[in-house]
Amino acid sequence: MILLQLIESTIRVSTPLLLAAVGGIVCERSGVINIALEGKMLIGAFAAAAVSHLIGSPWIGVGAAIIFGAITAAFYALIVIEFKADQIVAGTAVNMLAVGLTPFVSKIMFDSTGSTPALPLSSRFQVAPVIISWLVVIMVWAWMKYIPTGRWVRFAGEHPEALEASGISVRAVRWWSVIAGGCFAGLAGSTLSIFLASSFSRNMTAGRGFIALAAVIFGKWHPLYAAAACLFFGFAEALQIRLQGVTLWDGVSVPVQFIQIMPYVATVFVLAGFIGRARPPRSLGLPFKKG
Amino acid sequence: MKVKILRPIIAAMSGIAIGLIIVTFAGENPWNVFRILVKSAFGTKYDLGMTLFYSTPLVFTGLSVAVAFRAGLFNIGAEGQLTMGALAAAAVGIIFPELGSPWAPMLGVRAAFSAGACWGAIPGWLKARRGAHEVINTIMLNFVAAGISSWVVLYLLKNTESQNPETMPIGHWYFVRHLEFFGDAPVSTALFLAIIVSLLVSFFLWRTVLGFEISAVGCNEKAARVAGIDPGKIQLLAMALAGGLAGLVGVSEVLGNAGKFRIGFSPDFGFMGIAVALLGRNNPTGVVIAALLFGALHKGTSDLDLETEYVTRDLSMVLQSLVIISVAADGLWDQLGTAIKRKFRRDFASVD
Repeated sequence: MILLQLIESTIRVSTPLLLAAVGGIVCERSGVINIALEGKMLIGAFAAAAVSHLIGSPWIGVGAAIIFGAITAAFYALIVIEFKADQIVAGTAVNMLAVGLTPFVSKIMFDSTGSTPALPLSSRFQVAPVIISWLVVIMVWAWMKYIPTGRWVRFAGEHPEALEASGISVRAVRWWSVIAGGCFAGLAGSTLSIFLASSFSRNMTAGRGFIALAAVIFGKWHPLYAAAACLFFGFAEALQIRLQGVTLWDGVSVPVQFIQIMPYVATVFVLAGFIGRARPPRSLGLPFKKG
Repeated sequence: MKVKILRPIIAAMSGIAIGLIIVTFAGENPWNVFRILVKSAFGTKYDLGMTLFYSTPLVFTGLSVAVAFRAGLFNIGAEGQLTMGALAAAAVGIIFPELGSPWAPMLGVRAAFSAGACWGAIPGWLKARRGAHEVINTIMLNFVAAGISSWVVLYLLKNTESQNPETMPIGHWYFVRHLEFFGDAPVSTALFLAIIVSLLVSFFLWRTVLGFEISAVGCNEKAARVAGIDPGKIQLLAMALAGGLAGLVGVSEVLGNAGKFRIGFSPDFGFMGIAVALLGRNNPTGVVIAALLFGALHKGTSDLDLETEYVTRDLSMVLQSLVIISVAADGLWDQLGTAIKRKFRRDFASVD
């Protein structure tokens, strides 16, 4: 019984991770680092909660999350692809912008910096996001493997010169990949605020964007492996929620902090090559210069 | 040379200007908001003191990011390193409460520096010997540090008399001197430590062999290797030094202000350090100036909650991120620069 609950909870909390990880993969496979995943998720979460509240339909809320995720991503693409800003610096800045901008807009719209108004059950999702997230994972995997446009994305990250030589603009491929990644990240954010919770609250992503990034690396930039990593990290989160306040003996409670840091420690180990080797796309982080 | 100094100044100003234009969406007059910012950051001795109080940790984290950057490394982990530094400073203060005057603060400073250095050395070692990218590792270690510190606070050093998640208070002698000039503002001699450290870092980077080797590895790793420098050793050293510098935030927070470790005391000083280093062009003097600006922004925005109806202190993050983006968007300024030059040339051509 407890095990069943734990599995159900794992599947629920992995949903935002799955979608964000897919967003991260599409963006990073094209050669653009996606530190800004966290910020895009946060903006998506806010857009979904705010629009669902105003219109009363979660589907339109999701649409808003995708659009605002895409807008944020387009802004990021403008800075890093066109203005050639350092991708790590720009990503950090976009994260900070999201942290500051969401309560700023929330204050204007709802006169509260803390959270958006709570949504009734009818404006929230029950199971749909879980199904959508798995469909997205499988579709993106198949797309990158079998469809030409998906292969372009991989080439833009591995061998941009070859792609350019075959007559396809690396710049355009990267732009669209970053924007597509932003859509998935926005969608991921929406599952936080209108599926797992009933409103947007300040800084509600709480590092999930970085966990998703960790899953991308853990899964070696491969959608299916990354999905497995998301399930593993989701399990860690579910276990941690389940063990919160549980006492073992003599009133000693389980130190959940150690379960909390597990995904991060695991990622450090994988990156260091202690458990297999994670090789990033060859041109990751390098701006493309037409030669 | 002139362009090098001019560009960050113009970029910072335009970043703030864009941020202030955004406040019109909240129905506020940008000029009015700007006046509140300036008044709140520098208006009274107390305000100035608070600005300096916020600037002090930013000098440390800014230097931390700058030193790592000199070696060609990106230290996104200052947040975790300062957490470990502050935790260590509090821990020695709790474990040896009876220690006397000159030794206690010295032990505190050393604990803060060493703990930060150890935490910074981990991604440094992983980069140098295992080839693992320091950006991801430092981000991950931030979360690990947060987890460990919250465990230590809640299980080992918990203050049972307080409702807040914080450690027991440190011994009386550990406190560094409070500067009376600024009234109630918690400015301490940690401010002087920050300035001395920035001078030392300057000296280290430009006047010592090791400092030169750090720059050499940062400029061109292959060339440095050919010149007989071990890049791995330098990377490890630079990250340890960066971590130690970030760890010194523990001095201004624990020994200079709170007297204990409080979970969540840092309003992302580590990430603000990236902005500070970027704006200060990774130069210790520039870092001090940039830290002052960001300290002033942080203090200035704190009064917006009271003084305006809809603009809150969250504007601080927005302004900072816009400044970072404006400074980082090198391509934009290059394009603007060439466009202006071309226009000038055309104008001159038409005069001829």
